[in-house]
Amino acid sequence: MTVSSAAAPQPAAAAGAQGAAHAGPHIAHSRLDNGMEVVVIPDHRAPVVTHMVWYRNGSADDPPLKSGIAHFLEHLMFKGTKTHPQGEFSQLVADLGGQENAFTGHDYTSYFQRVPREHLGAMMEYEADRMTNLVLTDEVVAPERDVVLEERRMRTDSDPGAELSEAVQAALFAHHPYGTPIIGWGHEIETLGREDALAYYQRFYTPENAILVVAGDVEPADVEKLARETYGKIDARGAPPVRRRPQEPPARARRHVSLSDEKVEQPTYERVYVVPSARTAEPGEAEALEVMTHLLGAGQTSRLYKQLVVEKPVAVAAGAYYMSSSLDATRLWIYGVPAADVSLDDFDAAIDRVIEDFLANPPGDREFERAKTRLVADAVYAQDSQVALARWYGAALAIGETIEDVSGWSARIEAVTPEAVVAVARKWLDKRRAVTGYLLPEQAA
Amino acid sequence: MTDLSPLPETSRAAAVQEIRTPGGLKAWLVEDYAVPLVAVQFAFRGGASQDAADKPGVVTLLGGLLDEGAGPYDSGAFHEAMDDLAVHLHFSVDRDHFAGHFQTLTRNLDPAFELMRLAVNEARLEQGPIDRVVSQLVASLKRELKDPDAVASRMFRAAAFPGHPYGRAARGEIDTLGKISRDDLLAMRGRMLARDNLVIAVVGAIDAATLAEKLDATFGALPERAALAPVPPAVMSGVGERLVADIDVPQATIRFGRPGVERDDPDFMAAVVVNHILGGGAFTARLFREVREKRGLAYSVYSHLQNYDRAALVVGATSTKNERAAESLAVIQEQIVDLAENGPTEEELAKARKFLIGSYALRFDTSTKIAGNLMQLQLEGRPAAYLDQRNRLVAAVGLDDARRAAKKLLGDGRLLVALAGRPTGM
Repeated sequence: MTVSSAAAPQPAAAAGAQGAAHAGPHIAHSRLDNGMEVVVIPDHRAPVVTHMVWYRNGSADDPPLKSGIAHFLEHLMFKGTKTHPQGEFSQLVADLGGQENAFTGHDYTSYFQRVPREHLGAMMEYEADRMTNLVLTDEVVAPERDVVLEERRMRTDSDPGAELSEAVQAALFAHHPYGTPIIGWGHEIETLGREDALAYYQRFYTPENAILVVAGDVEPADVEKLARETYGKIDARGAPPVRRRPQEPPARARRHVSLSDEKVEQPTYERVYVVPSARTAEPGEAEALEVMTHLLGAGQTSRLYKQLVVEKPVAVAAGAYYMSSSLDATRLWIYGVPAADVSLDDFDAAIDRVIEDFLANPPGDREFERAKTRLVADAVYAQDSQVALARWYGAALAIGETIEDVSGWSARIEAVTPEAVVAVARKWLDKRRAVTGYLLPEQAA
Repeated sequence: MTDLSPLPETSRAAAVQEIRTPGGLKAWLVEDYAVPLVAVQFAFRGGASQDAADKPGVVTLLGGLLDEGAGPYDSGAFHEAMDDLAVHLHFSVDRDHFAGHFQTLTRNLDPAFELMRLAVNEARLEQGPIDRVVSQLVASLKRELKDPDAVASRMFRAAAFPGHPYGRAARGEIDTLGKISRDDLLAMRGRMLARDNLVIAVVGAIDAATLAEKLDATFGALPERAALAPVPPAVMSGVGERLVADIDVPQATIRFGRPGVERDDPDFMAAVVVNHILGGGAFTARLFREVREKRGLAYSVYSHLQNYDRAALVVGATSTKNERAAESLAVIQEQIVDLAENGPTEEELAKARKFLIGSYALRFDTSTKIAGNLMQLQLEGRPAAYLDQRNRLVAAVGLDDARRAAKKLLGDGRLLVALAGRPTGM
């Protein structure tokens, strides 16, 4: 029962389960009569199965004044139904030696269990049951709200770095709900109740809005039959729910956010740009952003690490990260930890120089091929984990991508040109689209 | 208590080939061609407990430096070579081990193993990378200075193992890391990276003959014997103490623990079962139900057995808002005392056994996880047959065993408690 934001799955590694280097698993994709999508990813190495249901709603779909309701309901989904009272489902999973959990992102909410393959049908029966038959009483809702407040205290309110990141996101999105933390604002979580949770549940927990992903030692035809016998019995609601999200106006002003706290002994730095996602980008642009970000800031051969940490050390860490998997415009991070005698202003200027140099001296063939090799290889490594594959396909479909979008990813990365990489850097690494965050010790306030 | 009669399940041990290379190295191999990858996990006994008292962090620093330039490559060139081949290679250090983690695509098998050979045998340990990795360690230690989690665990560790290597900072101290010299690192490498304290596990698309050749090339030139300093056995101290570090945060982070049960104790598996009932990973554990589900006192609460080579503990943690920290601790204490005095119920025991037996399979679902488990079993001195025996050992834990183990593990219920935050009413 967690929030996942930075940990959001990356098609980056997803991909190309069917890349040129190796023929990956054959993915089966179908739809039940009530509209629920079904995805099966065979993996016969161990007699286990990963069963996930994804709903196409996340914290960015929380109604006004109800921030945190998507995540709160995710917790409450473990409180039992008319037929299976609280604890029964979890006890069954535990009896099987299985694992279970759920997570909420900005764009989706997902529930999963991992069990021996012969128990897949039981998991589907219970998960289908709680799609429509959830029972909530004030007696279970009130302590769970305290649990969520403790979760917020643990993750954010006791950690100045997390508080800064929250402030940076809030500054980055003037209007779009990505600026609101997935877990919600504390003062609004405190007001969430049973009626709010049920209203949200009625609106979003429908077969039309759900995606079943099963990975493991199973055959697609068997899974589809079980799906018809469980999820297939749920009445269609007619149409999937509509997401109504305020969209972001054009960004015109560079913003700077700074947090000083007595608990901070080591200053850190982040700069976040709003950039197109896999869903909003022009064709090829998200892939070019992926390669560009890799060249700029992934690992020790990246420009940021080489120039700022190794060659003329002004930092002990520096890197970049692009979160392509997002329904609306997404984020690209540049981050770092300055060396002991370097101010954050000087580090900020040093990052600018790396970007200017990147544009003036774009990567040569070897550097460019190296980045692609690493990115495409990650798609092969991903095949080693059925959970990772299930998450990547589930997250992609939940934001409106297709199976082909995911399986064709390696080929599209291979097709990115050096010119496209420079073009996206020039176009999107625009400081007017960015917020810079400083985390500082108290005396420097 | 041990019934080793076969249960109707497929044998995991049968998939393990125990190979001995022409050069005399031993390794466990699981051949699997489903994905074109090879994963290697290996470990040298030793670890951070080999650091000198006045110079902690040498072993951790060494672990950070083996991939920072080796043989013909300087640091940058070595990382470029790894990226060109898309090799995963890194080293990690815990109290008792220095471990290597390697994964490659089969099409790059030869050059990838060559990079691993260079890192293990010919790391350059140059001053530039030393200074850089030291500055990275110092920065990470500074970030943790007033982090509640880190503060509570430092306090717990120092009180549990005063004067013992397990009580030291494994990653070194901010003030002393800079004093570590290249000679310190060379000496440590010479003492620890040897053949007689090495275990190796391999999973993936490679046959035994090819692997044997690769392993001899990678590890065959290491010294035959390690020269490890003896680490004395330790019984954790501080039980009954309650330590508080003042940090201005709304929540108190709580670590608690007491001496545990050794791995070679006949009641070890029963203790595993008892811990699962108390605070294991499922949503059905007592601490989860009493602290979280019923009272909403915390998001996270758990306990686990912490078995080092020379000490055994049962430890746990939670985080509760300052005003309710005392209540949380009281609930935890009550559950521990009850379990110690009365043992689990028959139903709890049956459910715990079911969980532990069923969940074993989920430890063997990726090649890196399988290799990691095979490495761990070798470090524990267990035979490959244990892969099949383990679930029978769990199944054999009866109510009397569980009661006895609960008493042994939880005793009078007293705990060493370390809190970071501003707890009230303590």
